[in-house]
Amino acid sequence: MTIDVDKVREDFPILDRTVRDQRRLVYLDSAATSQKPIEVLEAEAEYYRTCNAAVHRGAHQLAEEATDAYESARARLAAFVGATPDQLVFTKNATESLNLAAYAFTNSSVPHGQGDADPRFVVGPGDTIVVTQMEHHANLVPWQEVCARTGATLRWLGVDDDGRLELDDLDRVIDETTRVVSVVHQSNILGTLNPVRLLMDRAHEVGAIGIVDACQSVPHQHVDVHELGADLMAWSGHKMLGPTGIGMLWGRPDVLEGMPPFITGGSMIETVFMDHSTFAAPPKRFEAGTPMVAQAVGAAAGAAYLERLGMDDVAEHEHQLTGYALERLRAMPGVRIIGPSDNHERGSAISFVVDGIHAHDVGQFLDDRGVAVRVGHHCAWPTCRRFGVPATTRMSSYIYNDTADIDVALDAIRAAQDFFGA
Amino acid sequence: MNVESMYQEIILDHYRNPRGRGLIEAPEGESHQVNPTCGDEVTVQVAMDREGHLHLGYEGQGCSISQASASVMAELAEGFDLATAEAARAAFMEMMRSKGDAEPDEDILGDAVAFVGVAKYPARIKCALLPWMALQDALVKSGAMKEGEK
Repeated sequence: MTIDVDKVREDFPILDRTVRDQRRLVYLDSAATSQKPIEVLEAEAEYYRTCNAAVHRGAHQLAEEATDAYESARARLAAFVGATPDQLVFTKNATESLNLAAYAFTNSSVPHGQGDADPRFVVGPGDTIVVTQMEHHANLVPWQEVCARTGATLRWLGVDDDGRLELDDLDRVIDETTRVVSVVHQSNILGTLNPVRLLMDRAHEVGAIGIVDACQSVPHQHVDVHELGADLMAWSGHKMLGPTGIGMLWGRPDVLEGMPPFITGGSMIETVFMDHSTFAAPPKRFEAGTPMVAQAVGAAAGAAYLERLGMDDVAEHEHQLTGYALERLRAMPGVRIIGPSDNHERGSAISFVVDGIHAHDVGQFLDDRGVAVRVGHHCAWPTCRRFGVPATTRMSSYIYNDTADIDVALDAIRAAQDFFGA
Repeated sequence: MNVESMYQEIILDHYRNPRGRGLIEAPEGESHQVNPTCGDEVTVQVAMDREGHLHLGYEGQGCSISQASASVMAELAEGFDLATAEAARAAFMEMMRSKGDAEPDEDILGDAVAFVGVAKYPARIKCALLPWMALQDALVKSGAMKEGEK
């Protein structure tokens, strides 16, 4: 293994606890949220202990130090994806990041009285917005809303039986009417790693804005915004060892510059009069109100931890574990993998169904043996419908998992099969 | 308490062999309930006969707990008068709020007492409640019961 899992585990105190009658915790739900190493917890606590203050204001030393901590976090998280700090907007989570992007279109498309909307963000009847059939609800529902409010039409790229995007009709789905292409980099339910570069290039070919939901890729592999070719990219802190309450939206400078604000109020203004206001330049334009300073600091500590391990080693470690799990799941009678069953262009999230046993019941058996997995539709209900299943069980591994964890999970699946006679 | 004891034999039996599953001919009220976190679905239909007895139809898909609960409920409440059905529903709700410590009344709940162990697992309580919520909603929609009536 490329990562010393025993050593990594020492940094994650939660993995020492037991669950359900003294069972060792086997945490295979990192696609939902990752666990946090001590240094992330410490970074957050240290911020509150030593320099907590309101950022970007206040004429005192604490305010200076707090601002420095916040902006240093921004710089580190931007660098983590090959970007510069002025291109990184902090939000409360990736869902908000994607809504920020979606509302740029809605807000540019409704009459504002000033007529100064950037035409790249104005959509209406006859225009199309393209997503995929494997989007998380967070990258689907906001676009449904944009369409409902502006009269634009939603289109999507389908998913084949192996959980891969159907790209044969790419040029038909993304055409001259397309104004937005917003796609998931790595599916949270199927594990599929999508050819985002291809989709972004096609988006730009037709003059559309290209957006990537990178929640499941940034924590698990080296991601560079320039290599992806996106205009905007959203991801979250809590899936990459950071705390909850912090999300990121990276944007190409000229794209961010053309976007109207989403949430308005303090901190995001340039000047304010009684009857109108002007807005600050990005990224501050999109950070109204007191920001999540401690969470940003924690997320940056998470990024630092991952950088120290090395993202290529993280990816290789997960690739090996995923291969181990896929091989064994494929060999289990009555188990069907929902998503790519070969260990190629896919991440560590593995969804499966067990014949005759609902995912909830499978999950209950795993839980009984200390294994934490996610069951349900994984906020990708249309994807479940595509595969004709009401729900799946999903196990997702990360830097602190090893093959012994996978074995415990597989044993629990067999126990559920025995119990239900499936 | 381990997981096998949550899955009482009665629950497994109703899951594997659901009783009276299917829709009825002339429903006076119908309710489709979904558990949006997991996708469990239950549809319950109700009709009251001239003697004031309840008749139920149901169908659904989902986990063993939600589907067994629908079967147990349908078998139990079939032929109940409104007050008895409501008493059973209230007793079931109370049992599911008990964190598994209740000693439910088998005279009121019949086989549904088997679900007491489910109350120890917060994530599964909604599964067990789903058909009962559908029953209440269907009764309201049929006009047999007023909204908010307890």
